[in-house]
Amino acid sequence: MSAATVGVEASSLFRYVLRLADLSLILGQRLGEWVGHAPALEEDLGLANVALDLIGQARLLFTYAGEIEGRGRDEDAIAFMREHTEYVNPVLAEQPNKDFAQTIVRQVLIDAFQTELYERLAASSDERLAAIAAKSVKETRYHLRYSGGWLIRLGDGTAESHARMQAAIDRLWPYTAELFAEDELDRTMAENGIAPRLDVVQAAWSQRIDALLTEATLVRPGERHYAWFGKHGQHSEHLGYILAEMQHMQRTYPGARW
Amino acid sequence: MEDDRQWPLYEVFVRARGGLDHKHVGSLHASDERMAIEHARDLYTRREEGVSIWVGRSKDITASDPGESESLFEPARDKIYRHPTFYDIPPEVKTL
Repeated sequence: MSAATVGVEASSLFRYVLRLADLSLILGQRLGEWVGHAPALEEDLGLANVALDLIGQARLLFTYAGEIEGRGRDEDAIAFMREHTEYVNPVLAEQPNKDFAQTIVRQVLIDAFQTELYERLAASSDERLAAIAAKSVKETRYHLRYSGGWLIRLGDGTAESHARMQAAIDRLWPYTAELFAEDELDRTMAENGIAPRLDVVQAAWSQRIDALLTEATLVRPGERHYAWFGKHGQHSEHLGYILAEMQHMQRTYPGARW
Repeated sequence: MEDDRQWPLYEVFVRARGGLDHKHVGSLHASDERMAIEHARDLYTRREEGVSIWVGRSKDITASDPGESESLFEPARDKIYRHPTFYDIPPEVKTL
């Protein structure tokens, strides 16, 4: 752990880093489900590229989390060998792919969030976190370019594509509240200069999303919140299925190597 | 005739690094120029193959007709004087 993080308990920093890692891991795993099923060969590779970037971010964060924890767990142990309620990603990330519209809207909402968050985390008082964020923000900016392009193309496309995009944004919007719902841990991180304040991130995110929705001729839904708290380990039923698939190999063949 | 259920075809040119020319690397389908750049990035530069990408619609490229090869290219065959091989290079010139 870097010297700059003195003042914050290791267990708090561990939990915070785990939230960042789980968001990337679960979204990356979800996107990976498109491989072999995307609407065009080129999109198959495009989605897989984004998924691999996200898994890469998760690896760096899990490794760091393991070092903070100091109990000898490596990235794989933390990524695979936890129970359902120990995952602390926002519930939005685990929402099913459904059609391409739902996948793209989920992606835009999270890409914009990660971009605004990482841009500020790059100035974190925790040097390691700052370095990971500085590397990752280059990736998420591209992710947003990709998903934002699709949002505009399909939102401002045919009557059917527009209707599907609006339905997707209406369905997923209430899950975005959790991204900005500040709790004790978020406050501690902000007060110690480790993470930005979430209301600041939210304002920037909101501006970005509004501009994209306008260009896509889509309507921003009214504020309606779900009481999910994925970051406290309270998940939708979808996470269980993701974990079953993701953890199968590790649990059947513990410690297996290529 | 282009099938309008298919995205149009684009040709992709990648510059491997500064100072080199863009080279044709392949083609791909995309619905517009922006998407073509993104697909080219994902298909042809995922292992750091490039620092710059050009894309252009395949239909905008005019190719020479292989049937005309004789009249287009063979006349150059016996014009060996077009190669600069008939000069005596002065010994002072070292880098030619």
